[in-house]
Formats: sequence, C-alpha cells, structure tokens
Amino acid sequence: MSGQIALGLPVAAVLFAIGLAGVLVRRNVVVVLMSIEVMLNAGGLAFVTAGARWGLPDGQVAMLFVLAVAAAEVSVGLALVLRVRDAFDTLDTDEVSRMRG
Amino acid sequence: MIAAFYAAAAVAVLSTLLMVTRPSVVHALLYLIVSLLGTAVMFLALGAPFLAALEVIIYAGAVMVLFVFVVMMLNLGPSSSHADWLSPRAWAGPALLAAVLGIELLWILASAGPPSEGVRAIAPARVAESLFGTYLIAVELGSMLLAAGILGAYHLGRRETGRARR
Amino acid sequence: MLPLTWAIPALPLAGFAVLGLAGRRLTPRAVAWVGAGSVAAAFALAAAVAAAFLAAPPAGGAFSQTLWTWWTVGGLAAHVSLRLDPLSLVFVLVVTFVGSLVLLYSTEYMEGDPDYSRFFAWMDLFAGSMLVLVLAADFLLLYLGWEAVGLCSYLLIGFWYRDCANGRAAMKAFVVTRVGDVALLVGILLLFTQLGTLGIQSAMSRAVDAWPTGAAVASVAAALVLGGAVGKSAQLPLQVWLPDAMAGPTPVSALIHAATMVTAGVYLIARTGALFAIAPGVRLAVAVIGALTLLIAGFSALAQSDIKKVAAYSTVSQLGYMFVALGVGAASAAVFHMFTHAFFKALIFLGAGAVIKAMDEDRDMFHMGGLKDRMPLTFWTFTIGCASLAALPLVTAGFYSKDLILFESFASPYGDVWLWLAGLVGSVLTALYASRMVLLTFFGPLKREPSGLPGPRMAVPMVTLAVLAVVAGFVQVPGYLGGKPLFTGLVGAGLPARSSPLVGAALASAIAGVLVLAGIASAYWLYEPGRPALDRLVATPWGAALHRAFLAGFGFDAAYEAVFVRPYRRLAELDRGDFVDPAYRAAGRLAAWCGGALDGLETGRVRNYAFGIGIGVVVVLAVVMLR
Repeated sequence: MSGQIALGLPVAAVLFAIGLAGVLVRRNVVVVLMSIEVMLNAGGLAFVTAGARWGLPDGQVAMLFVLAVAAAEVSVGLALVLRVRDAFDTLDTDEVSRMRG
Repeated sequence: MIAAFYAAAAVAVLSTLLMVTRPSVVHALLYLIVSLLGTAVMFLALGAPFLAALEVIIYAGAVMVLFVFVVMMLNLGPSSSHADWLSPRAWAGPALLAAVLGIELLWILASAGPPSEGVRAIAPARVAESLFGTYLIAVELGSMLLAAGILGAYHLGRRETGRARR
Repeated sequence: MLPLTWAIPALPLAGFAVLGLAGRRLTPRAVAWVGAGSVAAAFALAAAVAAAFLAAPPAGGAFSQTLWTWWTVGGLAAHVSLRLDPLSLVFVLVVTFVGSLVLLYSTEYMEGDPDYSRFFAWMDLFAGSMLVLVLAADFLLLYLGWEAVGLCSYLLIGFWYRDCANGRAAMKAFVVTRVGDVALLVGILLLFTQLGTLGIQSAMSRAVDAWPTGAAVASVAAALVLGGAVGKSAQLPLQVWLPDAMAGPTPVSALIHAATMVTAGVYLIARTGALFAIAPGVRLAVAVIGALTLLIAGFSALAQSDIKKVAAYSTVSQLGYMFVALGVGAASAAVFHMFTHAFFKALIFLGAGAVIKAMDEDRDMFHMGGLKDRMPLTFWTFTIGCASLAALPLVTAGFYSKDLILFESFASPYGDVWLWLAGLVGSVLTALYASRMVLLTFFGPLKREPSGLPGPRMAVPMVTLAVLAVVAGFVQVPGYLGGKPLFTGLVGAGLPARSSPLVGAALASAIAGVLVLAGIASAYWLYEPGRPALDRLVATPWGAALHRAFLAGFGFDAAYEAVFVRPYRRLAELDRGDFVDPAYRAAGRLAAWCGGALDGLETGRVRNYAFGIGIGVVVVLAVVMLR
C-alpha cells in the first residue's frame, strides 16, 4: 500500500479532531462554522482516500455530495449568523442560550 | 510524489491548527483557505484531479467568499483600521504555507504521469458516469437540498422591516 | 346478498366514524343525512338480506360469516364472525327499522341543539353496537357489542351533561348494568373453561352433550348469563336504572326501550336457550323474575307523574312478560312480543317526546291535559300506541303477542297457573296505566297551550309506527281465529310442535281480553280528570301508603342506597389514607427529583450539546472497535 493511502485516513482523522476541538472550544459562531467546514472536509478526504484505495469512483462521488451539503449548510448557517447578530447583538454562542417562545 | 502528499498533509494540519487558535476571525479565515488548498493538493496526489479543482473552485472559492462577505458585513476585525488587519505578521504565515502548496502543485504537474504506484487515477469521466448513473437519485436530492438552502438562506437573511431591532 | 351481512353493522359504525371525526365541520343538514341515512341504509340492506334469506334459506338455517380472526392464544381463538339466523334476522330488522325511524324523528327533535353531531354520532354507535351484539357468532364479539351498548346508553342518558342530575342518572345506569355485565363475563369465561369454545352455537351443542339436565355447572353458567340479561333488560333486582334513564333526550329513550339495549337480555336468553333447557331451576327463576318484575313495575307505573317514567315502568313490565315467556321455554313468543313491543313502545316514546317538546321539556302529566284537540295527530298515534300496550283485543299488535305469552305461561310444559295469573293481573295494570297516560295528557281541561306541533320529520315516524302497532300482530294470528303461526314458525325452535287446544286458547284469550277492557273502563272511572274516586282512595291511610310505595318503585332505590352505596362511600372515606396514594405521590416525587438532577445538563449552550454529541460518538466508536 502506498504512502498517501496509508496516511490519508490518519490525516483525515487528525483534521476531523482539530475541527471538533474548534467547535467545542471556540465561542465565535463564525469560527464554529469554519470548524464544521474542516470536519466536513476531513470526512470527504477519508472518502477520497478509500476510493483511491479501491480504484472506484464512489469515493469522489461522496465527496461531491459533501460539497453540496457544505454549500447548503454554509448558506443557511451564515444567514442564521446574521439573524443572531441582529437579535442578540453578539456572536458568542454561550450568550445565546435562552429560547423564547 | 509521496513527498508532495506528506508536505500537503503537513501544511493542511498546521494551517487548521492555526485556524482554530487564531483569535481574529479574519486570520482564522485565511488559514482555513490554506487548509482547504492543502486538501486540494492531497486530492491531486490521491489521483483525483477533478475533485482537486472543484475543491479549490467551490470550497476555497465560493464558500469562502460567503464567509468573507459575512465577516465584512459583521465588521468583525479587531479594529476598523485596515492597516492592523493586513500587517505582514497577519498575512505572512498563510502566504508562506500557500507558497509551499503552490510549489508542490507545480512539481506534481511537471512530473506528469501516474501519481504513484498503488494509486489508480480515476478519470473525471468515470466519476461522471457513476454520478449520473448509480447516484442519479442522490444527485436529484442534492439539488433539492441546494434549492432548500437557497430559499432558507433568503428567508432567514431577509431583514424584517416591521420588527424593532434591539 | 347474504355475504353483505357484515355491512349491516358496518354502516352505522361508519356513520359514527364520520360524525365522530368530522361532525363539527359538517352542517346540521349533512349531520342529519349521515346520522339517519347510515341507519336507514343499514335497514335497506337488512331488508334485502332478509329477502334473500327467506327466499333461499342457507343450509342449516343460518348463514355464518367469519370476517377475520381477532387473536389466537393457545387453544383460544377469537374470531370476528357473524351468524345470521331467523332470531338475529328479526332483531336486525327491528333495530335498523325502528332505529332509522327514531333517527329521522331526532333530526327534527334535536334541531338547534349545540351538540347535534355528537348526538347522532352516539346514536349511530348505539345502533351499530346493538347490531354487532345480535349478529355475533362468538361470545367475545357478543360481549363487545354488549359493553358498547352499555357505554352508549351511558353517553346518551348523560347527553345533557351540564345538568348534574343527568350525569348521575347515566352513572347509575352504567354501574347497575355493570353488575349484570360482570356476571355475564364470568359466565362466558366459565363456559369457555368448561367447554373450550367461545362460539355460541358450538358452546350450546357441547353443553347439551356434556352436561345432563340439572347439572350444577350448567345451572351456575345459566344463572350467570341470566345475571347479565337481568342487568341489561332491567329486571328484578336490577330494574332500578331504567326509570332514571329517562334523563336522556326522548329519542334516546325510544331507542333504548324499543330497539336496542333492553332487548339485549331477551336476545341473550333466547340465544342461549339450550343452556337454560338443561338448567330447569334457573329457567324457572327466569319466569319468576319476569312475573315479579311485571307486577312490581306495573304497580309502580300507576303512581308516576312523569310521563316518561310511566313509559319506562311499562317497558320494565313488558320485558317481564318476555322473561316469563323465556322462562316457560317459549322463546319465540318472547321474541314476538319484543317485535310488537318495539313498534308500540317506540311510538309511545315518540308521542311523549312530541308532547314534551310542546310543553318545553316539562314531563309532568299533571301539568298537561286537554291536548286532544290541540295536537290531534299526536293524540291519535299516542292513543294507538297505548292501546297496543294495553293489548286492546283483536285490533292491536300488542294483543296477539301478549296473548301468545299468556297462553304459553300455563299451556307450555313448563308453564304454571300462577304465572298465568300474574300475567293477567299485569295486563289489568297495563290497561290501567296506559289509559291513565292518555287520560291525563289529552283529556280534561286545557292546562297549558302547546308551544309547537310536530313537523313532518316527527310525524312520519309516528304515523308509520302507529300503523305497525296495529298490523304487526297479524303475522301471528292465533289458531282459533284461523291464522297461521308465521312468526313463531320462522323463529322456530322455541315452540315444540304440538297442536294447541283451540277451545282452551280461545277461552284464555277471552278472559284476558275482558280483563283488559275492564282495566280500561276502571281507568276511566279512576283517572278521568275531575273524578273524585282516586283522591278519596289516596286520602285513606292505606291508600296513601300504597301510593308512596308505588311512586318510589317499592323502595328499591332507597334500599340499595342504604345497603350498597352508603357503606361503600363510608369505606372509601375510611380508606382515604391507605398506601396507594403515597406510592403514586412517591413516583411523582422521584420523577421530579430526577428532572432536577438532570436539569444541569440543559445549559442552552451549543458547545455543551456538541460536546455531548462528541462524547457519544467516541463511546460508540470505542464499543465498535473494542468489541
């Protein structure tokens, strides 16, 4: 097994872990969203690596869907960020901890 | 070739770490872009050139532009002065890492041929066949998801004029 | 046509489903169409099925249809299966026909009620449940219909639930009939454990094979079934609920008394006749209960002032006749009386309803009077109904059916001259109170102007029933008048084939007829408004005591109150501080404590929730990998 395939999955795991840490540690909504992007990306990398290992196109197809999901998620997520900013005047996720009606 | 993958992986991990630890949103964003570019180079090394291109165009391009746009709208910089933002200390790191990636890219392109033994390059045509054959329904669902995303973003992003802002 | 039998109960139940789910969104017109139309459609279908049945009787004299198997556990298989034989056919026709007329009447009677659709939903459920009951081929399905009928009577007696008295009457009906229902359930379970089947027919044939006549287990089973029948049919000692059941709207009373509910007990005993045949002691008890009930209820009816209560006691009394017939082994005579009784009793209630509506829900007969010229249609139909109830000789349906019962009560091999005498006294009483109703309501000086006359939708059912209250008896003209026993020939098994002594039968009928005429004459002498005879009678100490006893229905209510209700209440008071409540309160406190303990997890912070998700993923991964 060649190097990039042997290394692809560990790299994906590391990136995913860093992204998760970002989600858990950072309080800025925008950075949280960016960390989620990293996690999605890491998942996609794992798919592509596995696809390369088996020589099948399915891994890349999965990454394409990850792209589509990420695009939709980011557009809605950022719109929400704007609304949160409007309503609470802050981007700190810990401040936004009350639900009303 | 394998060295290129190692280097790209190192750049991606490093820049992601930096992204998570930067206090400024703008700086984090710069490192995120580098991280995505690193992933794109890894794709190239894994024999997925089409995906590498898409990663750059859609992820590092379109999606990140959205982020930049929002950051600008929210005016999230440490201060309003542009000088602070774009001080050499801020852009030197991302630029250096991006340069590393650029060199790798050129190197891979120059040493044309199969990416590496054991890795079978998968031509975009095969991906397309699979995408519009086996996964056709998933593609349709994906398009619906995007449409829903557009509508949702439009609805949420609209400022309600009748409502008093706090 | 026969395979469509399942649709006969299904139609009213579908009407119930439509009204129950969407009744509030329908216009009153649509509600009336669905409510009355579904039962009317069931009648049309039942008539077609009956025509097919009579034209070509199926093998064995009965048509069976298994719809599906409810459940199977071990050797116990509960089938949802129907059985159509002449007995159930008669009941199905009566229930659907009288039911659709009563519902047609209700469309006008209940007009303007805020709960119009609720009323029709429950009436449809009522009719549908009764059809399930009489068509069931299986004790379990019969019990389902049995309980559903009880539930509907509860819901409809308490229909105007804003008045607490109505709610109490509904609860009384429910609880009192429940006593009988439990007996029936135990009886069904006893039959199942002893005979190993829930099918009614198979249980009957196995019982006859397995048990000799007079076997103790057969007597116990028959007594338990009798308990159920006594509860539903309001016989001694469980008759107390029926007079109170008058709290419901008048069409409900018409349906309960004529077609559904109270006839269920008669049906049950007729259906399980084989069981009673091998338990002679219990069969005799049926006749004695019937005779006592018809006397007690007849006397009670004499003193009531509420027009509906008179009618209610008259129902109890007529059901007593049916029980006498069942007790002497003449089930077909009982069913024949049920058949004619359904018409004239529904007619009496519908007529009473028209009067009550005109009196703005005042039911006291002493507030009425002189309505003869103001409400001529109601007067004539009501009078025909009362004449049929009183068994006016030769011209009314009630005469032929009651005559058959009286004849059987001494001529049957199990008959007894005492039963016959009780029946004769009862028929004098019936003539007295039936005439009293007519005299007090329609004769004498006008005391109150009626506030409205029945419209066409109330008049048509009344006229139809009035015609039937006269002609329904002609399907069974006694032999001494040259008739043929068409009805009992159809319903069959109850009457052993034998030639009845024509002269004796004619003599017995003549005696009964003369007594009825005497009863009507003395009613005129006693009750015609303005005559002092009754007042003088009541003024004597004995008369006053009797009047009080009659009015209170011989004090059964007071006795039950003292013996059962009050000690039970006292016991409940004493038991207030037992362990049950603290146990449930402890469960509540435990839940509250757990909630408080877990409250800290609900921070509202996205990061904490994401952390929880991450921990979960790690745990799942660890489990998968370390497995």
